[in-house]
Amino acid sequence: MELVLSLGIGIMTGSGVWLILRPRTYQVIIGLSLLSYAVNLFIFAVGGVKSNAAPLLEEGVDISTMTDPVPHALVLTAIVIGFATTALFLVVLLAARGLTGTDHVDGREQPK
Amino acid sequence: MILVLLVCLPFAGSLAATILLRTDSRVLAARMSGAVAFVSLVLTAALYPAVRDGGKVRIDLEWLPQLGLNVTLRMDGFAWLFAMLITGIGCLIVLYARYYMSEEDPVPRFFSFLLAFMGSMLGIVLSGNIILLSVFWELTSIFSFLLISYWHHNAAARDGARMALTITGIGGFCLLAGLLVLGHIVGSYDLDVVLSSGDQIKAHPLYLTALVLILIGALTKSAQVPFHFWLPNAMAAPTPVSAYLHSATMVKAGVFLLVRLWPALSGTYEWFMLVGIAGVCTLILGAYFAMFQQDLKGLLAYSTISHLGLITTLLSLGSPVAAVAAIFHMMNHATFKASLFMAAGIIDHETGTRDMRRLSGLFKYLPITGTLAMVASAAMAGVPLLNGFISKEMFFAEAVETHADSVLDRMLPYVATLAGAFSVAYSLRFIHMVFFGPEPTDLPKPKPHEPPRWMRFPIEFLVLACLVVGIIPSLSIGPFLHSAVVSVLGTRTPEYSLAFWHGINTPLIMSMIALIGGAALYAVLKDYLARCDDGPPLFRHLGGQRIFERVLVTVSWKWARWLESRLSTRNLQPQLRLVAAAGLLAGVVPLYMAGFAPKPLVFGDIDPIFAAIWCVGAFCALGAAYQAKYHRLAALVLLGGAGITTCITFVWLSAPDLAITQLVVEIVTTVLLLLGLRWLPKRSEKIDNSVTLSARSRRFRDFLLAVSCGLGMFVFSYAIMNQPVPDAIASYFLEKAYAEGGGRNVVNVILVDFRGFDTMGEIAVLAIVALTVFALLRRFRPAPDSIEKPEQQRIQAAYDAERPERSAGDTVRDYLLVPSVIMQWMFPVIITFAIYLFLRGHDLPGGGFAGGVTMAIAFLLQYLGGGVRWAEDRLRILPLRWMGVGLLLAAITGMGAWAFGYPFLTSHSQYVEIPFIGKVPAASALFFDLGVFSLVVGATVLILIALAHQSIRMHRVRNLEAPKAEEA
Repeated sequence: MELVLSLGIGIMTGSGVWLILRPRTYQVIIGLSLLSYAVNLFIFAVGGVKSNAAPLLEEGVDISTMTDPVPHALVLTAIVIGFATTALFLVVLLAARGLTGTDHVDGREQPK
Repeated sequence: MILVLLVCLPFAGSLAATILLRTDSRVLAARMSGAVAFVSLVLTAALYPAVRDGGKVRIDLEWLPQLGLNVTLRMDGFAWLFAMLITGIGCLIVLYARYYMSEEDPVPRFFSFLLAFMGSMLGIVLSGNIILLSVFWELTSIFSFLLISYWHHNAAARDGARMALTITGIGGFCLLAGLLVLGHIVGSYDLDVVLSSGDQIKAHPLYLTALVLILIGALTKSAQVPFHFWLPNAMAAPTPVSAYLHSATMVKAGVFLLVRLWPALSGTYEWFMLVGIAGVCTLILGAYFAMFQQDLKGLLAYSTISHLGLITTLLSLGSPVAAVAAIFHMMNHATFKASLFMAAGIIDHETGTRDMRRLSGLFKYLPITGTLAMVASAAMAGVPLLNGFISKEMFFAEAVETHADSVLDRMLPYVATLAGAFSVAYSLRFIHMVFFGPEPTDLPKPKPHEPPRWMRFPIEFLVLACLVVGIIPSLSIGPFLHSAVVSVLGTRTPEYSLAFWHGINTPLIMSMIALIGGAALYAVLKDYLARCDDGPPLFRHLGGQRIFERVLVTVSWKWARWLESRLSTRNLQPQLRLVAAAGLLAGVVPLYMAGFAPKPLVFGDIDPIFAAIWCVGAFCALGAAYQAKYHRLAALVLLGGAGITTCITFVWLSAPDLAITQLVVEIVTTVLLLLGLRWLPKRSEKIDNSVTLSARSRRFRDFLLAVSCGLGMFVFSYAIMNQPVPDAIASYFLEKAYAEGGGRNVVNVILVDFRGFDTMGEIAVLAIVALTVFALLRRFRPAPDSIEKPEQQRIQAAYDAERPERSAGDTVRDYLLVPSVIMQWMFPVIITFAIYLFLRGHDLPGGGFAGGVTMAIAFLLQYLGGGVRWAEDRLRILPLRWMGVGLLLAAITGMGAWAFGYPFLTSHSQYVEIPFIGKVPAASALFFDLGVFSLVVGATVLILIALAHQSIRMHRVRNLEAPKAEEA
């Protein structure tokens, strides 16, 4: 379980970092999204990975068996804010494309 | 209490004057300022009984007591004397400025700055805390800047102001540093404590550091060599400003500080050398430069520098009698120099020029002003029966005495006599060139005449003061001076006598030599001075000003440019590369230092289904990375795949709330990017095929970096996941969630209750981002190659056009008909689901965020299914209102707790019995969550609709541009 998840986080991070280093704005936006998945999963995983131990209080369930709810709360708002920043970046991307006529991140094609 | 009033009153007056900016009345601001200055004067005078003979008034207000900073105001005899000087001359200056300022100038602004300056200056002299003192010190620099640049349309005024601010600002910074060191040595910032621990300070190893820093502050402010050059340039200010700030008060702040800290710092060899050299150089150079000025105010400015040098020299000697003479000369100089500046202002005002080569023979036209100026310059020259004579005698007497035996000390009598002769020469020159000689020929205003009665009054008053102090010193200034001296020197107060006649002694002989020598010097130089260029011979081209400008250009332009070209880049990629590399190092280096060993991999407990899901996820992530350049839609689909994998992981690993939120956010993100793709022109794989070697190596480097980051994250997260989870704050939340938050879903309780304030901040960020997106899109101009209708619509339209039985738009209307009907039917279902998610949130997975996004999806589907026009004909969503209501609701719920005496966002919970439904949890946090819900709906819908609207807008743009193209 831990192995698979951490491998997944590693792959998403690697893909994300690769993409944000690329010259095209759309690549960067996809890269940022992938990075945010990886980071969210990482923060979430810090609270421990357990199945069937959701932090929902019920009679007769020992709270010591539950997962840590704090990373969940952190990640939940991060997901929503992540959507907002993606939207903002997308709009900046479109405006930059319209203004500069290129989708290079610097607003102009790099001299060869 | 009077002290607080005294400091606050001028600032209040300053604010009041800014209100008068809109009125046309010139007189009103002047009258109000006059009243403020006069009341301050009366208040100060009323405090005299309390400070007589070493008395003190003190008030302490707490400011930052943890750091030893208090607003302490204290007044002793010395501070009183200075406060009288500031308020008294302030009154006269306001009166003078009332007549001096012309019709066109924005007068209230002038008086506003002047009063604020007066308040800052009073703050300096009344501060009982050395940090507070440096705050007021900076304020005087700032208001001096504003006053010098008052005529900001004039380039000289701007340059002079900037130079004054740069020099005194650097000085102020050094002063603050020095005072901090001083406070560190003493252990307190309280002035009284500092003053009483002089021996401790002088014995401390940091004494020299503190001394040098404080001296830089004081010497820059008092325009001492080598920092003197800002003062002549500050003469671009209106003359009342020159008279007030640059002769009577602000430039005195430096020497004031030296006197103030005299008991704590003086008496050492370092003090004598540093202060003494600066003072003597300033004394002689200032006087020498003053002789060769052609500008009236320039002459007075250099003379001021020279006199300040005299005061500094006196202070350097470290003998109590010299300190008395210094305090006395500060007062005398303020009276005669302020009156001379005002006389120069009148001459400028009446004739239109200050150039001494053009002025002559004015005595016929300005007899009264001329007489007053003569008396004042006689005081400046040190002629007997005037106040300048007495303090100069004291200076000569001190110069003859031996203090710290050195070359400097032995030279001092000769230097003093020479400087005295110079000052006689320039005083004589001032009077002779302006008021005597032939008729003036080329005056800009040909018929000068005496100014209004009250414009001359300040000069008359000050000249009278010069005379009275000069003839009967011990009866006029004597007692006040004594109080000041006692407050500075305490038990070391020396015997001294104020009188203009002490018999024939060395100082008197020196005075006579200076008078005769100065007159002879002027007689010799007269013809040369009448013709020569501005500035002294030899030094004309070696100004401190030139050096200053050279340094400024080098530092702020050349070095800055060089650094920018070396260290920064305007390209995004290198910056991101650095960020990624720094992140990698920040992770790896501490782990390496701590001797981190990677955990051995355990393959035993891998769940095959979970592994299979992640195989898909990894494939999606890698595929997205591979395809994002040319195949955007494919990359988007793959990104969605990675998102779904994340979502499933959340479900698998007991985070249902996260899974729900991730799922709905994934949907809106995908729709968002799809809408964005419409405006991104296609990338063709054919162009940009020639891959150069450097591009290849760049890619390889990035690939290595990406792989290392991924590997690092893998190792790191694997290690963390195999650590036992420490018992942090989780159990606290799990225990208290139901007992105190009244909810069973701990994540939701944390969001809306325990960490409600964070959530509040987050929804505010969301609102701001949504508004920013909205604002950016209002002025959106797409790329020219995507203004055309999209390819698909063109094909559909062509299909319609080919067939006679179909009219245009039929295909588009029928496109995806079945799904769109289903979408329309889903509307109520999804809304119900959203409300359900929201309501159950406190006890079960769901909540405001997930519910809000779901609700937004319901609206979104109508747009997708029917098109923007169709949806907006039937639905009026006002996202801005949703957002406003949400934010307000969250804030009001939070504030509701205040009504019950609890802190912001304290929640209350109970169950409410509703008929037919049963027990419903009704925590006040529910209303907060409702706010979150509403805001999330508003923000999401606003972003998506704003983007969706672009297609309609562009349609309009096309229709507008088409006729234009036809005309062309």
